[in-house]
Amino acid sequence: MPTISVDKAALFKELGRDYTTEEFDELCFEFGIELDEDTTDSDRPIVDGVQEPPQLKIEIPANRYDLLCFEGIQLMLNIFLGRKSLPEYKLVPPPNGQLQEIIVKEDTTKIRPYVSGAILRNVKFDAARYESFITLQDKLHQNLARQRTLVSIGTHDLDTIQGPFTYEALPPKDIKFAPLNQTQEMNGEELMNFYEKHQQLGKYLHIIRDSPVYPVIYDANRTVCSLPPIINGDHSKISLNTTNVFIEITALDRTKLEIVNRMMVTMFSQYTAEEFTIEPVRIVSEHNNETRITPDLTPRIAEAEVSYINQCCGLDLSAADISNRLTKMAFRAKPSSTKADIIEVEIPPTRADVLHQCDIMEDVAIAYGFNQLPRSFPSKSGTVAQPLPINKLTDIIRVEAAMAGWSEVLPLILCSHDENFAWLNRKDDGNTAVKLANPKTQEFQVVRTSLLPGLLKTIRENKAHSVPMKIFEVSDVAFKDMRLERKSRNERHFAAAWYGRTSGFEVVHGLLDRVMAMLRSAFITGEEGLQNPEAAHSEYFIKELDNPTYFAGHAASIHARIGGKEHVIGQFGILHPTVLEKYDLKLPVSTLEINIEPFL
Amino acid sequence: MASDMTAPILDALSASDAPLLSNEAFPSTPSLTVKSALDRLGSRQMIEYEAIDKDILTLTPEGEEIAANGSHEAKVFAAVVAALDGLKIADLPGIVGKDNAKIGQGNAFKRGWIKKDSDKLRATKESIVDETRELLLSVQSTKSLSDSKVLADLKRRKLVTVSKEITYKFSKGPKYAREFVKEETDLTPEMLASGSWKTANLKAYNFNAKGAPTPSGALHPLNKVRSEFRNIFFEMGFQEMPTNRFVETGFWNFDALFVPQQHPARDLQDTFYIADPLHADPPREDPVDDPHRLQLAQTSSETQNKPLDYQQYWDNVHEVHEKGKFGSIGYRYPWNADESLRLVLRTHTTSVSAYVLHQLAANPRPARFFSIDRVFRNEAVDATHLAEFHQIEGVIADFGLTLGGLIGFMEVFFKKMGIHQLRFKPAYNPYTEPSMEIFGYHEGLGKWVEIGNSGMFRPEMLESMGIPKGMQVYGWGLSLERPTMIKYGVSNIRELLGHKVDLNFIESNPAVRLEKE
Repeated sequence: MPTISVDKAALFKELGRDYTTEEFDELCFEFGIELDEDTTDSDRPIVDGVQEPPQLKIEIPANRYDLLCFEGIQLMLNIFLGRKSLPEYKLVPPPNGQLQEIIVKEDTTKIRPYVSGAILRNVKFDAARYESFITLQDKLHQNLARQRTLVSIGTHDLDTIQGPFTYEALPPKDIKFAPLNQTQEMNGEELMNFYEKHQQLGKYLHIIRDSPVYPVIYDANRTVCSLPPIINGDHSKISLNTTNVFIEITALDRTKLEIVNRMMVTMFSQYTAEEFTIEPVRIVSEHNNETRITPDLTPRIAEAEVSYINQCCGLDLSAADISNRLTKMAFRAKPSSTKADIIEVEIPPTRADVLHQCDIMEDVAIAYGFNQLPRSFPSKSGTVAQPLPINKLTDIIRVEAAMAGWSEVLPLILCSHDENFAWLNRKDDGNTAVKLANPKTQEFQVVRTSLLPGLLKTIRENKAHSVPMKIFEVSDVAFKDMRLERKSRNERHFAAAWYGRTSGFEVVHGLLDRVMAMLRSAFITGEEGLQNPEAAHSEYFIKELDNPTYFAGHAASIHARIGGKEHVIGQFGILHPTVLEKYDLKLPVSTLEINIEPFL
Repeated sequence: MASDMTAPILDALSASDAPLLSNEAFPSTPSLTVKSALDRLGSRQMIEYEAIDKDILTLTPEGEEIAANGSHEAKVFAAVVAALDGLKIADLPGIVGKDNAKIGQGNAFKRGWIKKDSDKLRATKESIVDETRELLLSVQSTKSLSDSKVLADLKRRKLVTVSKEITYKFSKGPKYAREFVKEETDLTPEMLASGSWKTANLKAYNFNAKGAPTPSGALHPLNKVRSEFRNIFFEMGFQEMPTNRFVETGFWNFDALFVPQQHPARDLQDTFYIADPLHADPPREDPVDDPHRLQLAQTSSETQNKPLDYQQYWDNVHEVHEKGKFGSIGYRYPWNADESLRLVLRTHTTSVSAYVLHQLAANPRPARFFSIDRVFRNEAVDATHLAEFHQIEGVIADFGLTLGGLIGFMEVFFKKMGIHQLRFKPAYNPYTEPSMEIFGYHEGLGKWVEIGNSGMFRPEMLESMGIPKGMQVYGWGLSLERPTMIKYGVSNIRELLGHKVDLNFIESNPAVRLEKE
């Protein structure tokens, strides 16, 4: 969630009263934003000998782009408090009727196909407004625009450039200009090298760097306005004294493009000479049928059912009452004159988050107050309480192992490839383990296929503990399984490890016997037992195993016969000294690991 | 026992009602030996005793020499008196020794015992008192000195050293007896057989010490908390969901939940993607032999399951994202099927809730589900973040559910874990609307703490599955680790989950009773 800093005194002035931190926190809570910090009593930074005034740091829900700046927060809170109503945003063409144009060249489809524009006439900036204007662009770039990949904004002093503008895509070498706050001109290629190490801009270069053409916006005199999504030209940069602002926005995502445009102009048109007026821009883009006038500030009319809203909220409000409450949330709503049970809601251009009537229903609930809603207790259920069968089986084994004196541990499920294979003297046949594409560390390369790495690491980290150490885990491993939709399946394992001055071989063997006994599985030896008709619930036997994980002659495979079907369910043995060395263990270790799923 | 002092102590006391001192009664017995006997007698109240610390002064070799033969100055004086007509200064070292001459001459001058007469020393008194020697003789016999200033001076002059001596002052106790009867340490089968238990004197039990540690296994503290949560769900009639499925598709983990494909949660920075295997299949029926297939209880419902149309579901999800459907305008972006077929480690168990709700759509009816299992986030590891943690998730589906019902349910649910004051904040979540963050008042911390998230699943998600419009579904979730950390004051998540957890912590952690503070 984005966090926005606003000047406390300025906000309270706009809200018409002072709030204590607690009061303001309560207001935020009810409205659905979160006061993260009030810096009044904190050490605030001193810049040029002046201490920063107290700030309110407010967390904003990720879909409320209209709250990403001071202007939006004050407006929406004032509307929520009933002190203001939603402004009427108006598109006003210039007196001569001649709209500014952005002419889009077809080559832009190769790199960044969409552009949108708007003009704010006779804006009056001051230091705070100017900073907010810059910060909003930054917040939109970071959040909705996904680090400028999807959308990027350029703002210009319109009095330094001349329309019509063109939006083109050209080879980097053919684009030459002095970027923002630079004096020397450079071409697209040089610019990439110049900003390679730049702290802020360096991370955006990849978006276009390897493309044969870069997007660029020119004015009528071939002055470069911007090289989206990297940087603007120095020539047209805005300042505190700029009065006419040209906004151009380029994008990969058409929907987000227009959202960004609407946010920029609705938030800052309150500073134009005639409040809330915006001069539209004509986009000429025949090749992809995107010729149009932007921005589109027409409110969308959505219909919401009174019965649906009342049912979900557990209320019984009239259509008029609901409409009235919705004004607190910056909507204009009225009962439909033609349809019963319907209210017509104008979704203002500021509210990109409203997709469905459920979003309107939520705002009714917020306006009513979540904590004031009549409470009930849903008592009807068609479900019978029941555990997942494999979890029930797991709990039986966990409890038996703990009662037998073993301690349960809970290592991680992800591990390194070596821990899962090489360190256990096991080979990766490429068909076993699920491998991760983008781990941040070596610790998380594969989903474990065995519980042993976690047990051995737990022992390694607990060497100060008295010996013998007896630990176990019952949990899932995962295997590749190309037959399934998800190409993988989990398998529930039980594993235990002994660490002590003796090998503990017969101790883990004893634990196996105990758990098998508790699962009503009878121990049998060899052929003779297999003939035995006195079959218990199931039977198990062990066979000597030659396996590099274990010390030669001291390992066994575990076989279970359940319902007449034989399964090799696992292994136990004294770990090979080379395994101990890899895991940095100084004393002998015996382990046991079985798949418990056949006992389901 | 090498030398049992219990009898001599009881003997010594028999003759005296007054307290005795161990260094006087048993001057040659090591004090440790005396002490162990006194302890044994004391634990039976046969005697009482107290320890007395005392400084013991001992003369150094130089001190012993002065005590025996006089101080340096006294020796000089004697030599000067012995020379009838004064003593030549140069001859002094030859007579009394070099050291005596140097120190003694100066001290004798200072005390006015001798004077200098050209190159000779002459006595100014007929006789003197050698105070230093007297003092040291007294220290030698009493081993003490009351004047601390004088003592400090003697220590500085390296004539005495100080050491500690513990002596015990002991006297008869309430159960004093002349004879110390040997005690039995424990009741034995032999005593029972012979009947000697009747006269046996059993050693008194030390009620101030702990008993013998009992060897014990242990369940993991986090799993103990998990059990409590599972019990709460069972008490409230919930069925456990099959979360034994770490690998999910982009479809189930995100698209089915109406999380748009450009959502930041789908970044490489946040989600673990799978390199091998690479591509999933579109959603389809589980194999009939899958032992973990969801088994929904057919209770009172008499309606039949209708077959699930997976292709229709896939198409609905596609459309609701790209163009909008079911009364939603959608996100309006080109939806990419490949993105949906990428494999991920599930970032939440809500992917399984989506799977289960889709199964429920075959025959929509009131139902309650829960799960508590591991989820994965590609986060940088720190004190409060691990790449893995447990998510607790609850789902209630019914016709006509209200938001107030969710609040009411949460109050009952959290009351069962000892949280009695809740409040709800509007929040944002891509797959629930309304969404509420749940805050609980933590008595110990004296503040409101965020304890979970909840909401009603969006119609875009539910109607795509085939859940009818009139049915609402609550979903809520919280991590298992966070409430456990708050409850048990654990500040680092790595002390709770993973191989770095201290085994002693696991073995000593008390039973979990969430309803008790």
